[in-house]
Amino acid sequence: MNGTARHRILRGCRALALAASMLGAPALACTDAPRGTGDLGLIVERAAGRLQLVETTGLTALGAIDGLGDLSHASLVYSRDARYAFVFGRDGGLTKVDLLCRRIEARVLQAGNSIGGAISQDGRLVAVANYAPGGVKVFSSDTLELLADIPAEYEPGKRAKVVGLEDATDGRFVFSLFEAGEIWVADVREPRAPRITRLRNIGAQPYDALVTPDGRWYIAGLFGEDGLALLDLWEPEKGVRRILDGYGRGQEPLPVYKMPHLEGWAIAGRHAWLPAIGRHEVLVVDADTWQEVARIPVAGQPVFVMARPDGRQVWVNFALPHNDVVQVIDTHTRALVETLHPGKAVLHLEFTPRGEAVWISARDDDKVVVYDTATLAPRATLPADKPSGIFFTSRAGRIGL
Amino acid sequence: MPARHLELRHLVEHDCGSCHGMTLAGGLGPPLTPSALEGKPLEYIEAMILRGRPGSAMPAWDAMLSEDDARWIARYLKAGTRK
Repeated sequence: MNGTARHRILRGCRALALAASMLGAPALACTDAPRGTGDLGLIVERAAGRLQLVETTGLTALGAIDGLGDLSHASLVYSRDARYAFVFGRDGGLTKVDLLCRRIEARVLQAGNSIGGAISQDGRLVAVANYAPGGVKVFSSDTLELLADIPAEYEPGKRAKVVGLEDATDGRFVFSLFEAGEIWVADVREPRAPRITRLRNIGAQPYDALVTPDGRWYIAGLFGEDGLALLDLWEPEKGVRRILDGYGRGQEPLPVYKMPHLEGWAIAGRHAWLPAIGRHEVLVVDADTWQEVARIPVAGQPVFVMARPDGRQVWVNFALPHNDVVQVIDTHTRALVETLHPGKAVLHLEFTPRGEAVWISARDDDKVVVYDTATLAPRATLPADKPSGIFFTSRAGRIGL
Repeated sequence: MPARHLELRHLVEHDCGSCHGMTLAGGLGPPLTPSALEGKPLEYIEAMILRGRPGSAMPAWDAMLSEDDARWIARYLKAGTRK
């Protein structure tokens, strides 16, 4: 950041603080000393409707941002400059938060019930996936002005819940329609006139999806059948391919008390590590051939299967009743190396940008525990009110996050 | 409120809430508000909790919840004590 830009930001923040104090509001917690945002992150406090701003260098909380509505199952993405977060609330709220000034920059209630969103490759657009009314809305990331409304109408008068909304390269968003069993690719290079490509019969009940870190593959998990739907975003006209078809066939599935999450899926070297559904296993898949190569028995129904950024370890958390456990797998030997007990109701984990530490939220213990990934020992504990998602700004530069 | 009921209330809000929404207004699963459950008998709701709904994402909770637990949750949902 050059000096002029910095002064502009500081001046802007101070002017806002001054204006707020003249109105009798408490002074805004704007940063006085210039600082980068690369080691910052946000922790969602789901019940309180609040975000905690944290930094991963000194492992401290810097402050809180209030007034974000229903943040149960909230997620967020970052602007490309990693200064702003776009927070997707369950209640349909889309909130733009300024990390440096620790305040809400803009907020719209854009639907009745939402599940997540994505930011475009060029950073200009933010898209939100909605359950009710089912569809995708596209906003200007600058002003949160609505630019496009894409109803997920798969039959006349029938709208599907939208899941697995991801950013892709070349000005596209990709998402799945739960009831319809379809994947839609939206070209939003002209944001007010999106062009939609529909891919039908991709499988029953896609429940979540991901884009691989290289941006090439969109993979939707299917709840209604064993298997996943794979779309090559380099050649979408070739259609969707089924992978891992029938991986649990012939066995009675175990109950799934919480749906696994695919985003943040672990790609470690040539292998993808993903949660099985209805069985207490992590599946290892060759990402060249998309053939299963191994299954690792784990403590319960996996929810998040996350790779350390260098791919050496995979960390897994679980659905009820095994949600007080986190397991660590060495991807080199495929051995389970540790079972940790960070606290009650572990909901999420997030690695620091280069992976020397992982932050784990324990909802029912009202805390976030930071582990050293080399020693697997806890390094710090931060109090948090019913914490769920943890999101570090290093996501700003990554496709599909 | 007995300790078990506090636990169940917590489970409804946060764990049922992961699909049905923390305010029970719905998510991937349908809403469980009193108005959404109007006309659905307590026994029906209890059975749905204990046995789940095959073909949907609703699992059978009988491994974790007793019949008494399910009855209490069904009444709790119908009463809509959470605003």
